Amino acid sequence: MTAIPSQWSRVRRYLPGQPQLTNWLKQSLLSAAGILVFVLLWQLLASQINTSLGSFPGPVQVAQQWSGLVAEHKAEKARQAAFFQRQQERNAATLAANPDAVVTLRPYNGRPTFFSQIFTSLYTVLTGFILASLLAIPAGIVIGLSPKLYSAFNPLIQLFKPVSPLAWLPLVTILVSALYQSEQPLFARSFLVSVFTVTLCSLWPTLLNTIVGVSNISPDLQNVSRVLQLNWFTHVRRIVLPSAVPMIFTGLRLSLGIAWMVLIAAEMLAQNPGLGKFVWDEFQNGSSDSLSRICVAVLVIGLIGYALDRLMLQLQQRVNWDKSATLR
Amino acid sequence: MQKSHLELSQLGISFPTPKGPFVALQNVNLEIGKGEFISLIGHSGCGKSTVLNLVAGLLQASTGGVILNQKEVNAPGPERAVVFQNHSLLPWLSVYQNVELAVKQVFRGQKNKQEMRDWIEHNLALVQMSHARDKRPAEISGGMKQRVGIARALAMQPQVLLMDEPFGALDALTRAHLQDSLMDIQAQLNNTVIMITHDVDEAVLLSDRIVMMTNGPAATIGEILQIELPRPRNRIALADCATYNHYRHEVLSFLYEKQRKVEVLAKAEPLKAAVNTAEALAAKEKRA
Repeated sequence: MTAIPSQWSRVRRYLPGQPQLTNWLKQSLLSAAGILVFVLLWQLLASQINTSLGSFPGPVQVAQQWSGLVAEHKAEKARQAAFFQRQQERNAATLAANPDAVVTLRPYNGRPTFFSQIFTSLYTVLTGFILASLLAIPAGIVIGLSPKLYSAFNPLIQLFKPVSPLAWLPLVTILVSALYQSEQPLFARSFLVSVFTVTLCSLWPTLLNTIVGVSNISPDLQNVSRVLQLNWFTHVRRIVLPSAVPMIFTGLRLSLGIAWMVLIAAEMLAQNPGLGKFVWDEFQNGSSDSLSRICVAVLVIGLIGYALDRLMLQLQQRVNWDKSATLR
Repeated sequence: MQKSHLELSQLGISFPTPKGPFVALQNVNLEIGKGEFISLIGHSGCGKSTVLNLVAGLLQASTGGVILNQKEVNAPGPERAVVFQNHSLLPWLSVYQNVELAVKQVFRGQKNKQEMRDWIEHNLALVQMSHARDKRPAEISGGMKQRVGIARALAMQPQVLLMDEPFGALDALTRAHLQDSLMDIQAQLNNTVIMITHDVDEAVLLSDRIVMMTNGPAATIGEILQIELPRPRNRIALADCATYNHYRHEVLSFLYEKQRKVEVLAKAEPLKAAVNTAEALAAKEKRA
């Protein structure tokens, strides 16, 4: 019995303190109430709408499809395990009969499940986002430090910033198939097309925010740098980058949000086996469960987008030197 | 005292405007000896900061030049360290790291790691800031920040220390403390100092010479007052000292009789007055 109080104190540390507790409770209750109202309205309205695929799914059907998708995933995993088990047994038997035999382990070519599609989407969006950041932050620093370069590049940035992913996609598709020709491709073309589309659409907020952050360094700090005769590299590393960090992170968060939105559209058209393709396939499939499954995908896409934003916020809080700044 | 350690010769600067060049400063001639403490005093907008920035190399002279040890200087460098009005510490570095940045830059290849560490600690101790070495600038008071700014400048071991209203943004008590500290440090290190100030008492208390500037445009040196008070100086003893009060009177009469400014200009040049008001507001904002 002595273990319980110590366990509790460990948990207690992560809970809000007494004065904030009521506040926190109030907040949670309000959030819960909002969700409840939404679910009730959804249930009421959904049953009123008749579509070509039956009535629009309510929360209950969607929840059922969610468990269906989980079950499918488990079944697929079991099949995969069984497949490898069979191969290994067969290989073991072959080796027992003839120790010199060359045995291979064939890869499993099962259908991607909803969860492996989530994984593919995350992998694709992060690749595109990291590529965009690697391009945008250095470019933003160089452009932001030089008013001439800024004047030269600003029109181009303003021109390409508002272009929709759907407009980029055909061009990217053609370019990837023209330029990426390999006997044993390391990456699938659909993956590359999705990645580059995400990169093209999501680099602008980071680029612009980095430029603004870098060009607005306090003149006093610039004078400090001049008096110390810091060279270009040290100036960038010790003065420019730290003072631009808050703006850069604002840009990165906007970029990641855009990247995730763009990804779904890109995957639909590029047929990259992620959530976008899942939605598209279900739409084409047109079975009575399809609408519910798309609703599951919509909710999951929203949740992941929210989680990605929170992760960036955590990272921002860790990296930002100005701990007094309120981040939301 | 070796003359012409630092020489300002025919120094002038003009800025291009749509109505032709605006001569801000002209014909500034001054020879400063090694270890001399010079105050620049004058009404706001008279070009005191411009003089300082020219010596620092942050601005380029249109005419004349600055000669340090027989060599003309026209780019900034750590041998002319600047203490900025609003401290200008890097907010993402601790007190120690702020001084370290300067020390690493100036003594790279000359001091080893341990020597650098000792030198940084030594300079923080000089301004009595050792206790806050790991604090960020946001966590210490304005007076402490200014102390660290001074430590950073001293740590560069400059030939000339340039101070742009270093105590202007501080309350009177903190300012007095820092003036005393500065006098102690000056007694130990015997630096050559040029300090801009608005404060007549500060100028008389700290300086060997007070350089009084006329009003702009085309500002220049109006009078130079030699302060021959024995050091160490004590502000309380000096308060009743006739010589001290005589010097104060000299400076005050220069500023408020010979160079009366605001009323005259407000009539003659409303634009310039507006500029002055804007400047005063900006300065106030900086302080807030």
